[in-house]
Amino acid sequence: MISKDYIITSAEGIHARPATALVKLTKNYKSIISIKKGERVVKLNSLLNILSLAAKGGETISIIAEGEDEFVAMEAIEQFFNEHLKDL
Amino acid sequence: MMINGIGVSPGIAIGKARVIKKQEAAFTGIVLLNDADVMIEIEKFRTAVAISITEVEAMIGNYDPSQGTDGMDILEAHIELLDDPQIREDVTEKIATERKNVNDAVIEVIQNAVAMFKSMDDEYMSARAADVRDIGNRILKNLTPFNTTANQAYDADTIIIAEDLTPSDTITMDITRIVGFATQIGGKTSHAAIIAKSRGIPAVAGCGESLQSINDGDIIILDGQTGTIAVNPDEGIIKQYESQREGWLKELELLRLLKDTQAKTLDGVEIKLFANIADAEEMEYALGFGAQGAGLFRTEFLFLGRNDFPSEDEQFEFYKAVALKSKDKPVIVRTLDIGGDKQLPYFNFPEEQNPFLGYRAIRFCLDRKDIFITQLKAILRASAFGNLKIMFPMIANINEIRAAKAVLEEAKNELINENIDYNKAIKVGVMIEIPSAAVMADLLAKEVDFFSIGTNDLTQYTLAVDRMNEKIKDLYDPFDPGVLRLISNVIEQGHKNNIEVGMCGELASDPRATLLLLGMGLTEFSMSASSIPQVKNRIIRSSLDDARKVYEEVMKMDNSKAIINYCRR
Repeated sequence: MISKDYIITSAEGIHARPATALVKLTKNYKSIISIKKGERVVKLNSLLNILSLAAKGGETISIIAEGEDEFVAMEAIEQFFNEHLKDL
Repeated sequence: MMINGIGVSPGIAIGKARVIKKQEAAFTGIVLLNDADVMIEIEKFRTAVAISITEVEAMIGNYDPSQGTDGMDILEAHIELLDDPQIREDVTEKIATERKNVNDAVIEVIQNAVAMFKSMDDEYMSARAADVRDIGNRILKNLTPFNTTANQAYDADTIIIAEDLTPSDTITMDITRIVGFATQIGGKTSHAAIIAKSRGIPAVAGCGESLQSINDGDIIILDGQTGTIAVNPDEGIIKQYESQREGWLKELELLRLLKDTQAKTLDGVEIKLFANIADAEEMEYALGFGAQGAGLFRTEFLFLGRNDFPSEDEQFEFYKAVALKSKDKPVIVRTLDIGGDKQLPYFNFPEEQNPFLGYRAIRFCLDRKDIFITQLKAILRASAFGNLKIMFPMIANINEIRAAKAVLEEAKNELINENIDYNKAIKVGVMIEIPSAAVMADLLAKEVDFFSIGTNDLTQYTLAVDRMNEKIKDLYDPFDPGVLRLISNVIEQGHKNNIEVGMCGELASDPRATLLLLGMGLTEFSMSASSIPQVKNRIIRSSLDDARKVYEEVMKMDNSKAIINYCRR
């Protein structure tokens, strides 16, 4: 299992468009990937759950990946948070 | 069988019934008895979700990229919500453990999710409740196969039978094949009535629950004048109505011939007859009835039946199309009148105890200046292409009109800075529909170039009658002496202050009121296009002297029954 923290770089936070992109991204990997904000942990495969976190711009969230391809998955997610998110 | 309702759009229609059922998300309370039932219900859920996803994918496939990417993003999010493992898990859990049937399970899960989004303090997030509700309704709809919705293709000569029709229902309908409308609730001012009237389609509203006995395919005769509906009538009755229908069509043709006749009283006073329109197509239709302009261009229709607020450019194109179609005839553009009974799928208006007294129209626009200024800029830009005027709805006091004019100035300044052309002399007016505005017309007149009297809301607010409430609909009466005195005051004060006064409510289209209003000094009437010929017919046969006498007599009467009887002669 690996875990990493990210600061949300987009002003609107993780709203519907980036959340949809995250769900789609997660589907490419076998690992179970979760997102944690505060004490709440939800799986990244559910748009409903991601939106329910109401993660806003500037907040810190953690991503937890567990499974055979966890490193590749985390790399893709890292790219998402560091590069793609601000354009979404 | 005969059913009686209120005739809201005249004419005779003969055709086949198409019953439109609303998906009422109602709990059944059914408890599943065994594991086999559980399996069946779970399978039903899977199938409904699969159909729903296919439907949304088809919508994505048909998506017009020129509409921008926002709508597309929403559809893609809907796919993910339909496919959401959390929703699937919750629904399955309710079926398997709580032994609920799939209908009840879906309703509960969606309700919980909607409540969760609504409770978020972030406006964007709470608006997502609409998306969850939307996918929930789609799944529920697909749980029952072969149900009728408003979106299907119609046979020729279809008569629509519904509880009520929302603006988005009527937008998605192929109106060319519809010959009549009948609704359980509503009256002369409900949306279905307005649409029917503007297209010259006979309609009956307020038929009550007896309408539920009509089935798809029943032969229906509908008389939009008397409000009578005959279900599966015998040959004799059909024959009788067929000849009536021919008579009506001939009369319609005769009135159409009045199209190019000038609306002038016997003593030579020219009266302006305008149409109420919602888009360029209706503008064209109105010109066919001899409209000399549009006294009310309702801009809401561009905002309905979509997934996000239209951009400035999109609005500009929409208003420009009307401006071009009107060929320099005046068009009074009413700024956004939403809220109350007109909801948007992408904006969460708070639930209110009294929506008609609530957050709507100019109140909403002054609060959401971003949305307001976008619309004003689009209208101003379109004003370079025709004779557009701007009208603000629901003005209740002097501060609102001043604030609205200040935003208009801001919009103008932005256009000047962007070097975009617009009509610098564009006229600004208010809709007089709140009693306070009618009473202090003398004060408001100093702020604007014109008034337009909206009699529907003015009547409802003056008499404190909810015009959608079936139980008290008889109290709704624009011929009430109180309402008439307010109208008369507005006209008088407008003229004293040398500003134009028009009327765009239902009363303007009522031939019984034509002489009375003329007598008050009204010279500009705006109505659904199909009503123009009959009002014109009245005007060209009367003199201003007759009209003044009618007005004087009516002002002596103390109840609307006497007034209507007198005006009817």
